[in-house]
Amino acid sequence: MRVPYEWMADYCDPGLEPRVLAEKMAMTGTEVERVVTLGPPSAERFVIGKVLEVEKHPDADRLNVCQVDTGDGERTIVCGAPNVAAGQTVVVALPGAVMPGGMKIKQAKLRGVESNGMICSERELELGEGHDGILVLGDGPAPGTPAVELLPLAEPVLELEVTPNRTDCFGIYGVAREAHAISGAGLAAPPWDGGPIGPGLASEPDEIDRLDDPVGEESTADRVRIVVQDDDLCPRFTARGYTDVKVGPSPLWLKARLIAAGMRPISNVVDITNYVMWLTGQPMHAYDLDLVPEGELIIRRAENGEKVAALDGSEYELNDRMVAVADRNGLAGIGGMMGGSVSEVSESTTTVLMEAANWNGPNVLRTSRDLGLRSEASARFEKQLHPDLTLRAQAVAARLMVEICGATPMTGLVDVAATPPLEKPIRLRSGRVERVLGMAISTDRQAEALTMLGFGVERDGEDLLVSVPPDRFFDVTREIDLVEEVGRISDLDRNLPATLPSGAGRPGGLSRQQALQRRAEDSLRESGFDEMVGWSFTDPAETDRLRLAEEDPRSSTVRLANPLSEDQSVMRTILLGSVLGAAQRNLARGADRVALFESGRVYLPAGEFGPGPLGGDFPGNTRPPSNEPQHLCAVMVGPIDPASWRGESGATDFFALKGVLEHLAGGLGTSVTVEQVPGIPAEPFLHPGKSGPVVLDGRPIGWIGEVHPSVAAEYDLEGAVAFEIALADLLESSKVGEESYADFTQFPPVDRDLAVLVDEGTHAARVVDTVEEAGGELLTSVSVFDVYSGEGVGEGQKSLALRLRFRAPDRTLSDEEIEPVWQAIIDALAESGGTLRG
Amino acid sequence: MVERIEEIQLEGMAEVEAAGTAAELEEVRVRYLGRKAELTGILRGIADLPAEQRGPVGGTGNKVRKALEAAIESKVEGLNNAELEKTLAEDRIDVTLPGSPARAVGHIHPITRTRRLIEDVMIGLGYQVMEGPEVEHDYYNFTALNHPEGHPARMLQDTFYVEDERHVEQVLLRTHTSPMQVRAMEAAPPPLFMIVPGKTYRRDSDATHSPMFHQVEGLAVGEGITLADLKGTLLAMLREIFGPDREIRMRPHFFPFTEPSVEFDVSCFRCGGSGSLEDGSRCGLCKGIGWIELGGAGMVDPNVFGFVADAGYDPDSVTGFAFGFGIERIAMLRHGVGDLRLFFDNDVRMLEQFS
Ligand SMILES: [Zn+2]
Repeated sequence: MRVPYEWMADYCDPGLEPRVLAEKMAMTGTEVERVVTLGPPSAERFVIGKVLEVEKHPDADRLNVCQVDTGDGERTIVCGAPNVAAGQTVVVALPGAVMPGGMKIKQAKLRGVESNGMICSERELELGEGHDGILVLGDGPAPGTPAVELLPLAEPVLELEVTPNRTDCFGIYGVAREAHAISGAGLAAPPWDGGPIGPGLASEPDEIDRLDDPVGEESTADRVRIVVQDDDLCPRFTARGYTDVKVGPSPLWLKARLIAAGMRPISNVVDITNYVMWLTGQPMHAYDLDLVPEGELIIRRAENGEKVAALDGSEYELNDRMVAVADRNGLAGIGGMMGGSVSEVSESTTTVLMEAANWNGPNVLRTSRDLGLRSEASARFEKQLHPDLTLRAQAVAARLMVEICGATPMTGLVDVAATPPLEKPIRLRSGRVERVLGMAISTDRQAEALTMLGFGVERDGEDLLVSVPPDRFFDVTREIDLVEEVGRISDLDRNLPATLPSGAGRPGGLSRQQALQRRAEDSLRESGFDEMVGWSFTDPAETDRLRLAEEDPRSSTVRLANPLSEDQSVMRTILLGSVLGAAQRNLARGADRVALFESGRVYLPAGEFGPGPLGGDFPGNTRPPSNEPQHLCAVMVGPIDPASWRGESGATDFFALKGVLEHLAGGLGTSVTVEQVPGIPAEPFLHPGKSGPVVLDGRPIGWIGEVHPSVAAEYDLEGAVAFEIALADLLESSKVGEESYADFTQFPPVDRDLAVLVDEGTHAARVVDTVEEAGGELLTSVSVFDVYSGEGVGEGQKSLALRLRFRAPDRTLSDEEIEPVWQAIIDALAESGGTLRG
Repeated sequence: MVERIEEIQLEGMAEVEAAGTAAELEEVRVRYLGRKAELTGILRGIADLPAEQRGPVGGTGNKVRKALEAAIESKVEGLNNAELEKTLAEDRIDVTLPGSPARAVGHIHPITRTRRLIEDVMIGLGYQVMEGPEVEHDYYNFTALNHPEGHPARMLQDTFYVEDERHVEQVLLRTHTSPMQVRAMEAAPPPLFMIVPGKTYRRDSDATHSPMFHQVEGLAVGEGITLADLKGTLLAMLREIFGPDREIRMRPHFFPFTEPSVEFDVSCFRCGGSGSLEDGSRCGLCKGIGWIELGGAGMVDPNVFGFVADAGYDPDSVTGFAFGFGIERIAMLRHGVGDLRLFFDNDVRMLEQFS
């Protein structure tokens, strides 16, 4: 909302620099985005001039050499405008004046003729958009008069960011009242109630009152018939007719105010509707009454597919959820949005119907969205205005129509209104303000604040009974809203103490799951991985790049109805794509290795929750619409370690990453295994022979492996290893904090090694399983410390070297005790096809 | 005899001292303590001495023998050390070469670091940390936060909706972390003190808006909680994050789910809130205003309590405050990151600047 300062000052001049006022408004609830200066940066050196003589320039056809009286004598000015003529009163920028945009006027020779200034056009002064050449003023002002006395030059304009609850501040008068409450400066009567309506215009409320006295002359009701078929969508429709309307351009001050407000002047009648809207907050619309058959307008729901040609030159197709203004032949406008071109006011118009109506806010909002059409009117109506504002607008418009268009108002309004909203005073209990704010404000001061803001205030014992003016009606409905009103203009920032909530002994903290999550992320950091944060949304083709089959649950995505782009139109179901994408970008930018991880959510349309919030199980009565477990995904590309003068470090491989995964699990006091289960296919995006599910307590919680070469190629990678696991499942198995001490000092362990020949395809984990099973309680650990195939080992076989550790909790083991266990282990290995070596 | 023994000591000590190598020292040892040495002979012959001489000769002889042994031992150590030092001194490397790179240490993303910092500060003030769904029902994101259907406040936030066959727009990507206010109150009666960090989404993209970003929500509900408590809490938090000299400014504002509502600013930590730097130039961080906008807050609107009345939230007995702000904004300010989009680009040259 643009507020020209001088316009506001018609009602309240707080006597503050615009910037200071802006600051004060920001501190009371109305953000001022910026203060702009319209027109030249300063009004100095702009004066009124009288053109005395005009001659053609001797050397240039299109230029005129003018003699102009600027009060300080006659001066020669070369002017290119075709409309310049002797006798005109004009605005002259004298040498030294600075034009909008910064050009400084200088004495200069134009084709050999000395020019001492410039005669200005509307456009050059940012007062209008006319292309007709120089601005010609009416007679009267003496040459040499500072132009700023007649024209808004160097006009400060406040650009307010009005919050949607404050419909009152969508009108100049509402802003003026706000300035009054903030500054204490006086407030003039409102323009609909005897206050000023414009520079030099008479304030004659009596005249307007007489309009409603239905004696003699033509009355609106004789010429206009309004039928409201749906008063839920149109709670009030008021109309007044005018005859003898003289359509033409608006006076300069009116055009300048509209331009300062950001609107385009069109014609006096249309300009009046916009001016009234800007002043009162209530939009209006003007019809050429002669183009409304029988003067009848019907407000009804549109039919599906019904079309209307609107004032913006476009045609809109409506549906039956929208409200339309129809005449006997068809649609004449879209309710609350825009009028139709069928009864548009033109230069030949002589009778006018002025509409000020009230519309259903949510309906206007939806219509605006459905049509993709937003107007100044809809921006106000969608916030729900009070039906009584229509009368204010009609009152101001009537005065302007008489003064500016020479119109004769018809007597009386046609006013079709539904039951008005119920008015009921709100009780502000004594002590409530302090209880909410934590700061005492006396009842007197509360009453004063509310009164300045336009509320009606009555005392009831220690309480206040507050009635709400119509332009605050839908914003202030409860006691708490009054508390806010009182608070915001009580210099809250300076006076409010800073305290902490009472009530000691509240335990704050992370949940166990949250604490372990940090530990998991830190573990990957320690292992050399950089944490990344990828986009939650992705490209629908990602599932193809990862070779996921259509029936794979990860191919069913949560899709956005209104994505910013197709690339970000579905929610990811796997982190791998994000992390590979980041690796790709980093390599393209010259990195020679990357180790990246992401701890983030995936979004599945359905499925079982894992444990706790990280498993997607959130508090609240209603289950979330999708399943969003936290995953942990790590990717390594390139050498394991950075290059150094001591030689190349090995290329990354499956085991390097598996070590990272084991470190991660170990750091959480748990362990995972990697298994290949016959019959269960490998992940489609992984190398089938160098990958496998990550298994925890017999249950898969993710996968690890070399990325399939075709998938790696999709991301311009020569090779990569990756894992991705469901974090909540891993954390759930953590034993951190639950460890119980086992004595280790008293009875030493006995270590024995063995080497066993097995088929090459036998998994080491199976051999370890066999040993563990046969080893019983005395065998406390088995580890593979060498794998060998080649010379000395038969074709198709490999040798596994195992270290076995035996220990008893209560005694030192003797060889005799170990021997039968050892034998059992060897027997078991032999039975499962292994041959003991050497 | 005793005199002779004392002479042997003096001579022996001198020779031990003079020995320059291990071999010379061994010679000295043999000469003075060996089987054929004079002292050895004297001690061996004690039994043949007259009875009154045996005591003094034996005593002195053994004492001298021990003294020589000790001197030789310490000399051996010295010679060994000297030889070791000599060897070591010749065994040289170029110490100026770079060290072997340790297994590279990774980096935690600045968003995560900042989130943890905020969590830790609020934990210290007695808050729990909670998480909520990002794909959310309209009910939690809007309706129960006092944004009725058709209310223009819904338009303040450009919402991503989730596609559904009926086009009813009932499921969306949360536009703020505030839906968890309602979920948390549904799940537990007052008093409630919690924060919710997490991802949020708005349909907006430029240098200062990202369609995905992170927020922290805070909610405190109990008996007697006031707007002044909100101010104190935010001030305590901001001082932990931006330094002990910071001040807070609260500007009245409008949010549908708080009443009264405010926006809050922190005094600029570069210019100390004056708006200008020491050289008199305008502070670029706060653009000369002295304050930096951070987030929104306010007292929980009674209508919101109305949606969780069954869980024990009666607006006549409890009051509460809520606040929310962007994690990226804090990270940008603390680390001087100029462009929001850098956070999601994941360039390791950026990530590696944050240990
Ligand atoms: Zn600053």
